[in-house]
Amino acid sequence: MLFGEHVKRFSSRSVPKLKHDQAKVPSGIWQECPHCHAGFYFKKAGQYRVCPECGYGFRVTARRRLKMLTKHFEEWDSDLETRNPTEFPDYQRKIKKAQSATHLKDGVLTGKALIDDYPVALGIMDPLFIMGSLGTANGERLTRLFEKATEQQLPVIVLTASGGARMQEGIYSLMQMAKISQAVNDHGKAGLAYISVIMDPTTGGVTASFASQADVTLAEPKALYGFTGKRVIEQTINKQLPNDFQSVENGYQRGLIDEIVPREQLAQRLSQLLSILEAKKWGETQ
Amino acid sequence: MTDTQTVIAGARSDCKANVYAMIDQLFTGFFELHGDQITSDDPAIVAGLAKLADQPIAVIATQKGNNLEDRLATHFGSPEPAGYRKALRVMRLAEKLNFPIITLVNTPGAYPGADAEAAGQGQMIAKNISEMLQLKVPILTLIVGEAGSGGALALACSDQIWMFENSMYSVLSPEGFASIMWKDAHLADKAAELMRLTPDWLLKQHAIHRIIPEKMLTDGSLKTALTSAIGELCQQDNATRLAKRAAFFRKF
Repeated sequence: MLFGEHVKRFSSRSVPKLKHDQAKVPSGIWQECPHCHAGFYFKKAGQYRVCPECGYGFRVTARRRLKMLTKHFEEWDSDLETRNPTEFPDYQRKIKKAQSATHLKDGVLTGKALIDDYPVALGIMDPLFIMGSLGTANGERLTRLFEKATEQQLPVIVLTASGGARMQEGIYSLMQMAKISQAVNDHGKAGLAYISVIMDPTTGGVTASFASQADVTLAEPKALYGFTGKRVIEQTINKQLPNDFQSVENGYQRGLIDEIVPREQLAQRLSQLLSILEAKKWGETQ
Repeated sequence: MTDTQTVIAGARSDCKANVYAMIDQLFTGFFELHGDQITSDDPAIVAGLAKLADQPIAVIATQKGNNLEDRLATHFGSPEPAGYRKALRVMRLAEKLNFPIITLVNTPGAYPGADAEAAGQGQMIAKNISEMLQLKVPILTLIVGEAGSGGALALACSDQIWMFENSMYSVLSPEGFASIMWKDAHLADKAAELMRLTPDWLLKQHAIHRIIPEKMLTDGSLKTALTSAIGELCQQDNATRLAKRAAFFRKF
């Protein structure tokens, strides 16, 4: 008798009943880490949106990422928008959709910020704006970030996240790599420091230009940092690659990254670095 | 075939695959330099010193090769990080000796291999772009066949960018583009039409400076054109030339 009751108590519910119950749970309550695949209650990711198991920083909009870093921000060039230089079909509709998802005209947020008390020129790429791909508008905004920083004698910090070149902008996208690199060069020649922070994912033309041209390269844990997409490499060499093939941890081992910094510690680490970079130099008076 | 398809077929034709033949047609006494002086010698990059109209010049080119063995060794003209390092080494030599540089580009892109990736392919391209923009000597790029992606740009941050009539220059190969946009590399023909990779369109956008009819190579007039273009670039003072080079890329 007793045995029978137990069976009833623990018997599994029918599939339709499970599906019905599951539908009642609001979406987003239970989340899965795309890196380690651990499941967790969404609030466990905390205000920094970090996987409680492996420390991976979730992809968030640039505006949200900014709030995790500083409260003091004056936005620059917020109105720059692509003019669809290659007249790519259906592109404007895609742009509109990305704009409403990110509250940005294109895939980067730039401006003057304070990290602690240090004024810096800050750029944050938005992985949710057509994968943070590099086009004419965000390319121009990043170029102006470096140019204004040079004029105002500010160090530059760029948090990168990008799938690479914006396919819809063709050669114009490719030219952004040279355009921004030129501005990075001029900024460097003025004796000013540039810090990049590799976020997930940083790939393609962004890796092959400004993301990899910094004086100090930091990275968020478990972020992907590479040039060619893993799928393309696997098809080329006809071999499966390990999952962490292009991880920043791997890049750190190979000497591409200076330090991997958990998201919640970034402001503090940047502040410490800036305190050295901005210190009064030897022999300088006031 | 549409115009775009004609251009692509011409750009990829076998007669453009061996850059040594073109180097012999354009320059005299080519002295090839091998290796990046750190790791290896990538055959996809051919670099060295030569003379153009009796004056010294540095030549940096991509090589595909005419037979299967060569094409496998060069990955069909796709350089590895060591190749870009070799290119940079010869660019720095040119800077030191005050030789102008001519680059001959025919590459679908940087090699997408696991070893290349692990050796810092993207970082190496970033470095080449940065350094090339700062070189004080004149640089002229001639796009011979294909010029795809950052792998081509790493050899094309130049004062003058010329393209053969049958050549293409794009953000990615049409196959790569189709693979990214529609997850199907077989839609390359459709991609090519949308990508606007033909010399005509690129000239209208001021993304290149000049289109070279194919016959200029055989009738010898290309050599004359290169000689006078390099001569003109050498006449400008360094600051003017560098400002023009910067302005060319700034306008995008």
